Amino acid sequence: MNTDLKIRAACIVLTFSLASASLPAFSWRIESIQDSSAGARQSQARHQPAAPESKGAIKFKQNCSRCHEAPQGFSSRISGTILRHMRVRASLSPQDERDILRFLNP
Amino acid sequence: MLLSPKRAGIYASALLAASLLVMSRPGTTQDVPLISGGVGFVTSTNAGNTTYIPVISPLLAAPLGNHILVESRATILDSYFPKGGGHSGYTSSSFLGLSYLQMDYIASSHLTVVAGEFLTPFGTYNERLSPIWISNFESAPLIFNLGTMNTGSSVGGMLRGSAISNDHVWLDYAGYFSAASTNEQFKSQRASGARTSLYFPQARLEVGGSYGRLLEETHENFEGLHLWWQPADALVKLRSEFAHGPHSKGYWVESEFHLASASSGMTLRRAIQPVFRWQQTFRSSPDPTDGLPGADTKRADFGLDILFPHEVRINSSYSRQSSTQDTNIWQTGIVYRFLFPTWRGK
Repeated sequence: MNTDLKIRAACIVLTFSLASASLPAFSWRIESIQDSSAGARQSQARHQPAAPESKGAIKFKQNCSRCHEAPQGFSSRISGTILRHMRVRASLSPQDERDILRFLNP
Repeated sequence: MLLSPKRAGIYASALLAASLLVMSRPGTTQDVPLISGGVGFVTSTNAGNTTYIPVISPLLAAPLGNHILVESRATILDSYFPKGGGHSGYTSSSFLGLSYLQMDYIASSHLTVVAGEFLTPFGTYNERLSPIWISNFESAPLIFNLGTMNTGSSVGGMLRGSAISNDHVWLDYAGYFSAASTNEQFKSQRASGARTSLYFPQARLEVGGSYGRLLEETHENFEGLHLWWQPADALVKLRSEFAHGPHSKGYWVESEFHLASASSGMTLRRAIQPVFRWQQTFRSSPDPTDGLPGADTKRADFGLDILFPHEVRINSSYSRQSSTQDTNIWQTGIVYRFLFPTWRGK
């Protein structure tokens, strides 16, 4: 087996291993992440976005979701930094920034 | 650019110094400097030759006070490709480069002043879709270099912001001037340009236009248009761009399909995303430097992206490119997105 085939085989094995290991976790939903049972799985330093019906959630969909999905979790200590970065990149208004920050930091 | 140990050391030292600088300035509880980005492994098979590319693209963002943000993104990769010329085996080349290193001063609710090296604001792909953890395809659009002045980055100043923002319409703008720079890490061309876009948030419809003027030995104009339409809770997103340069022009249209709506949350069906991109370029006169194919080209990209838990995604695509000869391109990438504070908190 030449090097090319070995690398391809390794990639395929890696991909399927990752897929099979991750499939059980596919039941996650933004809503379920927000409830207390999901929150209990997270350390106190970590959190997830708030209810999707909120004003901040709407602003998130109107801005951030146009390019990427919601992050699956991050430290609340960087939520302000994320929003400042996105305020510049996406030209968010101060009100949008506050709404989305509240959504990310309920 | 070949990566030498000395250059890598200099770069690592600079990053470390910047990190120490920002870490020494405590912000509010939500304003801790962050490190984000993506690390991935990409394979690309073009006309039977396969290239393997491990890549990492870290981003550092550090607020200073209430109005300033310092941010930088780098790309470090190795390419392993066949030696060719009848030789067996692979050879490799390394690349290390800054995509941008900029300071943002938020002067008012409508104006942000940017200084340093920044992503050239032309079209949408360069600023919004180029991060490896965002893009649906592993390859950039064929027209990417038009208007971004080949380097994709500018060194100088930029004014940007939102002129109008209400529930019905947003008007964004960005205008810049770039000096010529031949520094290895801050390559840019002398140029100026602007972009403006209208966004209707309820319809999720955005239309915009870009203009760039190259101010080197020859002055050249570049024009661009973009249209994005992403209806709320619809199962498809449409993105498109058109760019015109002095020697060529082209466009791309990308559709991202979802098997479930966003309101259903991130389910398995939502996580599987078929994507399709159609591209076409037209050559009006020879120009080996503008980055577009030397002849009229059509390309169809068929992709399947899967978003896994734990911020992992796999992009796979097959492309059929028709030009002076037809080629098949297979690409696969697995990317992990990281996002964490620069230091642990209590």
